[in-house]
Amino acid sequence: MIKEAENKINNSTLDIAAVREKLSKSQGKAYWLGLEELSNTSEFQEFLNEEFPRQSVAYENSVDRRDFLKLLGASLALAGLTSCVRPVRPSEKIVPYVKAPEEMVPGRPLFFASAINQGGYAMGVIAESHQGRPTRVEGNPDHPASLGAMDVTTSASVLGLYDPDRSQTIVGGADFAAFATALQGAAGGSGFAILTETVTSPTLARQLAQVFEAYPQTRWYQYDQLHNDNTLEGSRLAFGEPVTTRYDFNQADVIISLGADFLGEGPARIRYTKDFSRRRKVLSAENTMSRLYVMESTPTITGAMADHRVTIRPSQIVAVAGYLAGELGVAGAEGALPENVNAELVEALLADLQAANGRSIVIPGDGEAPYVHALAHAMNSALGSVGTTVFYHENVEAQPVNHTEQIRALTAAISAGEVTSLLVLGANPLYTAPIDLNFAEAYSGITTFHVGQYFDETAARSTWHVPQTHYLETWSDARAFDGTVTIMQPLISPFYNGKSDHEILAALLGDAEATSFQIVQDTYTANVQGDFDDFWRQSVFAGVIAGTQAPLTEVTLASLPETPTLSSGEYEIQFKLDPSILDGRYANNGWLQEVPKPLTKIVWDNVAFIAPATAETLGVSNHDIVTLTVGENSVNAPVWIMPGQAANTVTVHLGFGRGENAGHTANGVGFNANVIRTSDTPWQTVGGVTRAAGRHKIVTTQIHWRYDSPSGENDTWADYKDSTTQRRHIIRHGTLAELQAEPEYPKFVHPVAEEASDLYPDFAYTSYKWGMVVDMTVCTGCNACVVACQSENNIPVVGKKQVAVGREMHWIRIDTYYGGDLDNPEFYMQPVACMHCEKAPCEPVCPVGATVHDNEGLNVMVYNRCVGTRYCSNNCPYKVRRYNFLQYAELTSTATELSLMQNPDVTVRSRGVMEKCSYCTQRIQQGYIRAENQGRKIADGEVVTACQSACPAEAIIFGDMNTEGSAISSHKGSVLNYALLGELNTVPRSTYLARLRNPNPGLVTGTEVQS
Amino acid sequence: MSAVTAYTTTANVAPEDLYGVVAEFTTVEGIMAAAEKAKKAGYKRMESYTPFAVEGLDEAVGHEPTRLGWVVFWMGITGFATGFFMQWYSNVVFYPLNIGGKPLNSWPNWIVITFECTILFSAFTAGLFMLGRNGFPRPYHSIFNTPGFERASRDRFFLCIEARDEKFDLDETKDFMETLDPVRVSEVER
Amino acid sequence: MATARRPQDVPKIDETNRVIARGETYASIDDVVSQPVEETPFKTPRWWFVGITIAGLGLVMYLVSVIKLLTTGIGAFGNNQPTAWGFFIINFVWWIGIGHAGTLISAALLLFRQPWRTSINRAAEAMTIFAVVCAGLYPILHIGRQWVFYWLFPYPNTFGLWPQFRSPLDWDVFAISTYASVSILFWYIGLIPDFATLRDRARHSFMRWFYGILCLGWNGSTKAWQRYMRAYLILAACSFPLVLSVHSTIAMDFATSQVPGWNNTIMPPYFVAGAVFAGFAMVLILIIPLRKSFGLEKIVTMRHLDNSAKLMLATGMVVVYGYFVEVFMAWYSGVEFERYMIFNRMFGEQDAWAFWALIFCNGIAIQPLWSKRVRQNTTWLFIISIIVSIGMWLERYVIVVVTLKRDFLPSSWGGFNPTFWDFSLYFGSIGLFFTLWFLFVRLLPSVASSEMKELVYHDSHHGSDYFEAARAEEFKEKGLPV
Repeated sequence: MIKEAENKINNSTLDIAAVREKLSKSQGKAYWLGLEELSNTSEFQEFLNEEFPRQSVAYENSVDRRDFLKLLGASLALAGLTSCVRPVRPSEKIVPYVKAPEEMVPGRPLFFASAINQGGYAMGVIAESHQGRPTRVEGNPDHPASLGAMDVTTSASVLGLYDPDRSQTIVGGADFAAFATALQGAAGGSGFAILTETVTSPTLARQLAQVFEAYPQTRWYQYDQLHNDNTLEGSRLAFGEPVTTRYDFNQADVIISLGADFLGEGPARIRYTKDFSRRRKVLSAENTMSRLYVMESTPTITGAMADHRVTIRPSQIVAVAGYLAGELGVAGAEGALPENVNAELVEALLADLQAANGRSIVIPGDGEAPYVHALAHAMNSALGSVGTTVFYHENVEAQPVNHTEQIRALTAAISAGEVTSLLVLGANPLYTAPIDLNFAEAYSGITTFHVGQYFDETAARSTWHVPQTHYLETWSDARAFDGTVTIMQPLISPFYNGKSDHEILAALLGDAEATSFQIVQDTYTANVQGDFDDFWRQSVFAGVIAGTQAPLTEVTLASLPETPTLSSGEYEIQFKLDPSILDGRYANNGWLQEVPKPLTKIVWDNVAFIAPATAETLGVSNHDIVTLTVGENSVNAPVWIMPGQAANTVTVHLGFGRGENAGHTANGVGFNANVIRTSDTPWQTVGGVTRAAGRHKIVTTQIHWRYDSPSGENDTWADYKDSTTQRRHIIRHGTLAELQAEPEYPKFVHPVAEEASDLYPDFAYTSYKWGMVVDMTVCTGCNACVVACQSENNIPVVGKKQVAVGREMHWIRIDTYYGGDLDNPEFYMQPVACMHCEKAPCEPVCPVGATVHDNEGLNVMVYNRCVGTRYCSNNCPYKVRRYNFLQYAELTSTATELSLMQNPDVTVRSRGVMEKCSYCTQRIQQGYIRAENQGRKIADGEVVTACQSACPAEAIIFGDMNTEGSAISSHKGSVLNYALLGELNTVPRSTYLARLRNPNPGLVTGTEVQS
Repeated sequence: MSAVTAYTTTANVAPEDLYGVVAEFTTVEGIMAAAEKAKKAGYKRMESYTPFAVEGLDEAVGHEPTRLGWVVFWMGITGFATGFFMQWYSNVVFYPLNIGGKPLNSWPNWIVITFECTILFSAFTAGLFMLGRNGFPRPYHSIFNTPGFERASRDRFFLCIEARDEKFDLDETKDFMETLDPVRVSEVER
Repeated sequence: MATARRPQDVPKIDETNRVIARGETYASIDDVVSQPVEETPFKTPRWWFVGITIAGLGLVMYLVSVIKLLTTGIGAFGNNQPTAWGFFIINFVWWIGIGHAGTLISAALLLFRQPWRTSINRAAEAMTIFAVVCAGLYPILHIGRQWVFYWLFPYPNTFGLWPQFRSPLDWDVFAISTYASVSILFWYIGLIPDFATLRDRARHSFMRWFYGILCLGWNGSTKAWQRYMRAYLILAACSFPLVLSVHSTIAMDFATSQVPGWNNTIMPPYFVAGAVFAGFAMVLILIIPLRKSFGLEKIVTMRHLDNSAKLMLATGMVVVYGYFVEVFMAWYSGVEFERYMIFNRMFGEQDAWAFWALIFCNGIAIQPLWSKRVRQNTTWLFIISIIVSIGMWLERYVIVVVTLKRDFLPSSWGGFNPTFWDFSLYFGSIGLFFTLWFLFVRLLPSVASSEMKELVYHDSHHGSDYFEAARAEEFKEKGLPV
């Protein structure tokens, strides 16, 4: 039956024309989620029927052991009940504490400041340790790149620590001593080189300097896919020196993004999100927002936040930037607006910029050509933003270089025989290097020493391999995007005798016994005035070294070079880092594989994003395979039709298709886009796209997404179906102007009267009254909350198959709705977790009282009492309950170490039990204990839920509604506050602030009309 | 209906272990008439045995109507009270919980279970009371000694005048029985 | 005495109108009813062995599926989010519905003095009990932690915990356990006199012992009969409201929720009608072969089939009315969720087929029953009954699955894919049912012979339409229309 469907689908095509035609007829704001919803051709409906993942993927025959083990490799396992299922107990005689370690109180966690080093840049974290086991990391409020918030990779990094797939033994020789001698031997000879990732660490820089002293002929190369070569080249072009640009979005009134995903990419993404959101926080008509214009070719979370989003092809950015610069009076800048860009909008944009007098930002994308960066710098100075919203300072990297050039040079050097032995610190160049360099071949010809956390592609071809330490295992240091230095301290001694880069270099320098601690301290003993111990304690405790922020520098604009001509072809292919696993360094992290990608909700896959129009011309639908060809290289990729994607462009994410070297979780997931990525056009290029045979099932956690009847009528079933979502008033949205028009009672917030009436007297909540507000205006849908919750609450990973049949376990999900024009839609994010309804429909239907209310209004789930009738889930209108259909939390002997990272404050759920968001009740309890020990009430903001602490946009507010003047009360009092499905009289404790946009009043585009 | 000729069995049963005299009939009319006559003749301790319930025969042999109905009624009331009390007590007194913001004593929710308890108590009372009062299970009964009694569950009707009837006299009773036009009259030992 | 009319004196009337064929005597009833039971094992007809073998295989499949369920978990089945209830609940409601006709025949028709019930009530009650067994197992199996299902019962425990009596699921626990136990009691008490008959007829001492135990020493004394009849009547009086309450309670599993499409006040009556509807279909499916294979045509006459068919038609029309009301209420409520639900049922891409299929099975396929020729034709009755059973299953599919797939938030809409195990557990339960059924027809009298004798008595004395006359009298007294 499903087979037949498949066959039908294979020769079904998408009637895009019909869709667009419908949308064009659209009267009111057209909302929908997912293209499927828009077409009603019969083939298409068949396709659609098959399309529902929960429909189409029959879950073959329950548990497949192999599959289980596969997942279990890293992630499924860690969700596990080890401590209960199979206690981890050494066989030897063990001895209890006689003198307990200082400060350690059993049952109470300790917190240590450290930092995660990502692409060389530090992201400050506070790591939580239970009896010496790091169980969780959170942002460090004192750290400039974090300000206490997190993103998916940061939260998930703790899983990387316990990943059983980490490399565990030295390969190539007996032991580390042997490695050290071999390494010294190689360095002593000629033709020795070191390949590192981006280096900002003062200690590593110091050691490298020592190495070059000891071995003068040693060469140093850097290669890191996360490194922003174009930004670097851009500032070289503009200023002649590789200065770093820093933006202050909190001060900006008008922001123009030229393909920049500043909320989702780069070492400052979390900081920028915070600044940006704070500037756009609106509780009442008094507040104001900045205005964001985004020009991009593929939808990003930045584009989703835009007040005006323009889809243009990557090759057109130069022209548009040139035009803008020219209009802004930048000498030598010219460019013609492409016809597909709305000139009226651009004029309005320019007017806005001028009016902002300095309080504006023009920010170019990391992937854009250096010339665009140069233009942006020119525009910012022309607008007088430099010093107000745009700042320049010394580049914080030890040696700012163009990494693509570096890897090319290295390959050349090897082929030329100038490099005969190579030490690789951390990088995985055999997977990430541009394909045209043929680095792999060169690499395997010479003696190589690889230091890495995984026995990956590079390790497999190396002469030597040494396990590298995780950042929670070693002392080290690194700089933030603004230069601030963090001393990273370990929370646990290295698993599998891993070695830190510092120890490797020390060994190279002949001191194989040196400890990272000593090495890092030595960096600072020299140049610290005053008491070193104080300095050390202060710095390590705070997680930042005071006053190490890079000083601002004066820069002078060089004259603009010739406008480069970007090669443009029929199809332009754009490469982006995956939003979850980046360049693949986190590929084996189950949390990051299973977290639904922003906007698309795709899990466990990467895809080729194409525009609806392109799909039309190619005659492909989702799940079809296309062949992407660049030069003589090609790769097959499954198609995902992305509304808002620029026509004739393809966007692919890097980091997937890891073959067999990446670990149980990552192996065989997705396709490897690196094989069509060449060194001369690493981020955007021109290539061919042709339909290939076969299909690949892409799984998403949300499919039915349409919001409104495109034709605005309900005379046919199709129209009726289309329009149902909007008439349910799920997403309530408006513009700042509309709010100011009716500040007291905005219609768009209260489209229907919702007076709650009840026969029964309400329960009184006198002590505490916990509640939550989610601000949809600032939520970027970055998923930080999802993974933070997963880590805090021991939520299992279930794998692609289970997600496909609708059994994902995330306690909080981010519903995404598309609205408006098919080619340039608007995006709406709505995080949904348990609403903790005061009149919870789930409670009265539970036959055993496993879900009941406590006297503070929490809807508590009693796992031990739950028998699993699943009636509560049926009766939950928000469908936030998650059920353990299988023993997801199972554990086998392969992964006992994973049990160590369970949060001991949260029960691990067994098969057949319902679970859901608990408002982090364990954190509330800790708050109690603290407060009651001190004989006081819990202060406002003292109890913070995991999702709230992670949210970089500060979109989630939690607290006691009974506390006067608390943040939660002020948010609940906002005119924008509304309850999802409030007319059901469930009286949810979690409510939403309506989504606000701040479009240019001078612009009323088709999709801005209010219905 | 004289297809069957009446005859008498004379078992030499000692008076002390005589249970009674049994007349066997082939039709409902026969047993009914016989029972009426026997009652008129003043016999009290009679019992008739039939393959199916014969309307009016219980009055004919002089049985009082059964009190089963009343017992069931009161047990039904008990069931009702038990059902309601269990729910009220557990939710309001013993373990009060805030369930979906509903009041502790949400009595409309108790109705179904209360009703079921009422039915349960009534039904089982009816069944068990019937069996109990009839003395079941009771593998042995003197009446089974009657010759040809196995047809009492098939197509024959038996009238038994028991020896403990104060008007009972073996010969008289037997002669009386003969007059009822049975197919056979037998003495039955206990 | 000699007032008994000879058969030829009886006025000639349409055979099919008789609740019992002419010329039957007490003895002949006994022989016909007891013969199949008394056969020595070697004389058991071949069709019985074939039947129980097939059913037995089904039972094995059932057990395998249960083991799979217990070892792997619900995950082996199609259930998911948002469709958290799947085949388990569909089959549960389907089976419990089938049970209802049995109780209705034995209890309600007894109270309404419908003599034609007599010859089929025993079989119907057996059907009820077996159906309830099949149904009752599903709720236990479908929960996530089957080994603690007893937590749904109020029992003394150290935690001092009670069930949550507000939950319709707990109402089910009480309703179904009461229903099962009362049905079994009712059935057993009805069997006692027939056990006595078998005891007295027994040629083999083991049989005498076996049925002697079962009949508890029944001796047919008039006092025993007096109490017996009263108890039987009271049990009937209890069972009738009980049967109505049970399916109403199950309807409340849906009606008291707030899922659009479930939250309807129409549910209880419409579920009860549907239950009787499905039940009579199953009665016909079972009775038609039974009377043939055991030569019971003279006892289970066309009159019975005809009446069952009429009742099936009547309740079927009630069910159709229910569908109409659902649609009307959805439109009339003006609630978006309700309206969408109905529209999706009728025109949704994925499930419209199910809706229209059930309309055909439950609405259209039964219309031929208006014609007497169809009602008198066992083949047609059999086919229609099968169609109705399928239709009623589909109805539950639409109510459970199609509704859950599309509830409040479109973002969490999903689908449902039954797995192999869903089907194996379903067909397995049918195997369980028929295994019990075949054991029943072989070991126990499938017709209530003592009650039949009463019928013979009246019949032979007053002619076959005596009952109609009697009821007419009674109605006149009460001033009711005849």
